[in-house]
Amino acid sequence: MTLQFNNETFRDDYSFHNSQRAIDRFPFPFHEDSYMYAVNMEQHQGGPADSVYEKRFDVDEHYVAEMADRAKVLDDDPLRCQSLPHMALAGWDLLELIMVSKSEDYPDLFELHREGHKWHWINKPLGIEDHFTFMDDTTLPYAPMEYITRQTQGDFCVLDQRKDNLWMDAGMVTTQADWSLDFDIGMNFFEWHAPVPLAHEKGIFKRALKFLLNIRQGAPARRLNWTMTVNPLLDTSPENYHKWGIQKTTLTPENIGAKQHLRVELQTFFRLPRSNALVFPIRCYLMSFQDIVTKPKWGRRLNRVVRDLPEELATYKGFIENRPMMLEYLSQFDDGLPTSFGVWPDEDITPLLQR
Amino acid sequence: MTANAPNSTAPKTLGADKLYVRVSAISSLNALVTRFEFQRVDGVNFPPFSGGAHTVVEMMDGEKKRLNPYSLMSDPTDLRTYAISVRRDDQGRGGSLFMHRKVKVGDEMVLSYPMNLFALDLRARKHLFVAGGIGITPFLAQIKQLEATGGNWELHYSCRSPDLGSYVDELTGHYPHSTTIYYDDEKQFIDLDNLLDGQPVGTHLYVCGPKGMIDWVRNTATASGWPLAHVHHEEFLAPQPGKPFAVRLNKSGLTLEVGAHESLLEAIERLGVDAPYLCRGGACGQCETDVLDSDGTFLHRDHWLEDDEKNSGEKIMPCVSRFEGKTLVLNR
Repeated sequence: MTLQFNNETFRDDYSFHNSQRAIDRFPFPFHEDSYMYAVNMEQHQGGPADSVYEKRFDVDEHYVAEMADRAKVLDDDPLRCQSLPHMALAGWDLLELIMVSKSEDYPDLFELHREGHKWHWINKPLGIEDHFTFMDDTTLPYAPMEYITRQTQGDFCVLDQRKDNLWMDAGMVTTQADWSLDFDIGMNFFEWHAPVPLAHEKGIFKRALKFLLNIRQGAPARRLNWTMTVNPLLDTSPENYHKWGIQKTTLTPENIGAKQHLRVELQTFFRLPRSNALVFPIRCYLMSFQDIVTKPKWGRRLNRVVRDLPEELATYKGFIENRPMMLEYLSQFDDGLPTSFGVWPDEDITPLLQR
Repeated sequence: MTANAPNSTAPKTLGADKLYVRVSAISSLNALVTRFEFQRVDGVNFPPFSGGAHTVVEMMDGEKKRLNPYSLMSDPTDLRTYAISVRRDDQGRGGSLFMHRKVKVGDEMVLSYPMNLFALDLRARKHLFVAGGIGITPFLAQIKQLEATGGNWELHYSCRSPDLGSYVDELTGHYPHSTTIYYDDEKQFIDLDNLLDGQPVGTHLYVCGPKGMIDWVRNTATASGWPLAHVHHEEFLAPQPGKPFAVRLNKSGLTLEVGAHESLLEAIERLGVDAPYLCRGGACGQCETDVLDSDGTFLHRDHWLEDDEKNSGEKIMPCVSRFEGKTLVLNR
């Protein structure tokens, strides 16, 4: 199958849209009719054909437009991409992981030819072709982490591992759900998660950290996270809150189905072999409420999750003000029927994400 | 699990793939240490690794499967070959003797993916290595890594005698200005106080060797005002033999006897029960197991559990820890 890339924007006129294929493969995050934090990790070793879980780095119809949006964000604010000096080796690790994965998983879109340290990279969708020397920064137009993450959907946190903790010491973060790399750079796992309500008390972060410290080569893991975004904005950063925060007040009962988006993050975790660092890609998928409710099970369930979510979480996720209007809309699609366990829209598919 | 399944592999841990290898070279370095080199059966390159990483080697010793961790000590930039060095331990539980006596060039074996519990702190302005005996192995890969990336390092390596100085010639030949060797039988000892006193700010200290050496280096560094965050150690914890004891596995509904010369983890695996592990040396925490009931004394030997957890009687690390008493019931 050849991918068609959308001509679309994530700002100004918001021409972003999901095709039927994108709707069918949307990573709906709720496996049951309620939601609470859990250490919901599983192996990232493939998944059902054509699902977002199938490849190591999912490339979809939004690829070219997302990369154009990232370039604009970086033009305005270069601090969205940072790497502390000791993370140089991890940058090469990440470049290797992505180039090898993409060229193996999408041979029609990406090619990597290697002879020793002489590498040749071809990215057909973006029209990029470079010859460079692996491990020699001077042979690429950007440092390796920036070079490859300007060509890969999703944010990237590159975490150093030392003293039984993880440290946010490098990253490319332009599509984030209201957190800032520039603020978090150099922080450890507990420090950058400090603002999250309820989860500390439940011991979630201690257990999650133990799991992450033990992720090893050849055994990547994944989980889903989610929030809500008004308008299909990729860049919902604190730095630009003055631009997007106010848009939350533009919802009306008439436009909410089109404007209100469920924002799902497919978070994956890979051990980087040469540096022993951990890379944490956070891939954002957006879908409007009106597209979600085309799947009856998802419509029913989203209504119940939003309705019953604890107030602290609705506040933290930034939609407490709009919750009544959301429920007014969603409840039209909840006929009260029971829903099947698992995240898939069709009831005859075995659930993959058990938790 | 039946004995006529020689090709069966251990339960998958975290889904990690195994590396199927053939022994490509064996060389005796001296009376105690032998070097083994491996190449992949499928002919492709090994995955890259970081200096200080180990691999767990699966040994099919008759009907008994042994799983021992060894530091990867080959060059991380040469991925055609992985190499380990095995010191013969005549008093050990048999893994090193198996490697020395039974393994031949051409044999097929199974290795785990690399796992690093002794990684370099890449923020260091300088890496100061202190090695004792076979503790040299992780430093060999770390030195290669630092040489490839322009790192600053210095090695102080203590051996029993010139006869038993594994890799001494290679180190002093390639890096004469960065390496200092000390022979016990020539009454040469590391002048640690002076060594630590002369280091630039931002130096990280790494020690690998016998427990006595690790304690000495850590205590001396602490007494000289070094922050412990700059002092790293890797201790080769091997499961110690002990008295046999009985265990009931609640989930599997099995009762088993742990022999004097096997670990609790090995006994659980022997019954075919899927138990997670990574390091098999009491350090990584992966095999942490809940104790449901006990009447007796725990012999905790791991570096993982906190003291209060050890005293609670609710947790055990079956890779290295044992039990003496009447009843032990595990949630496994």
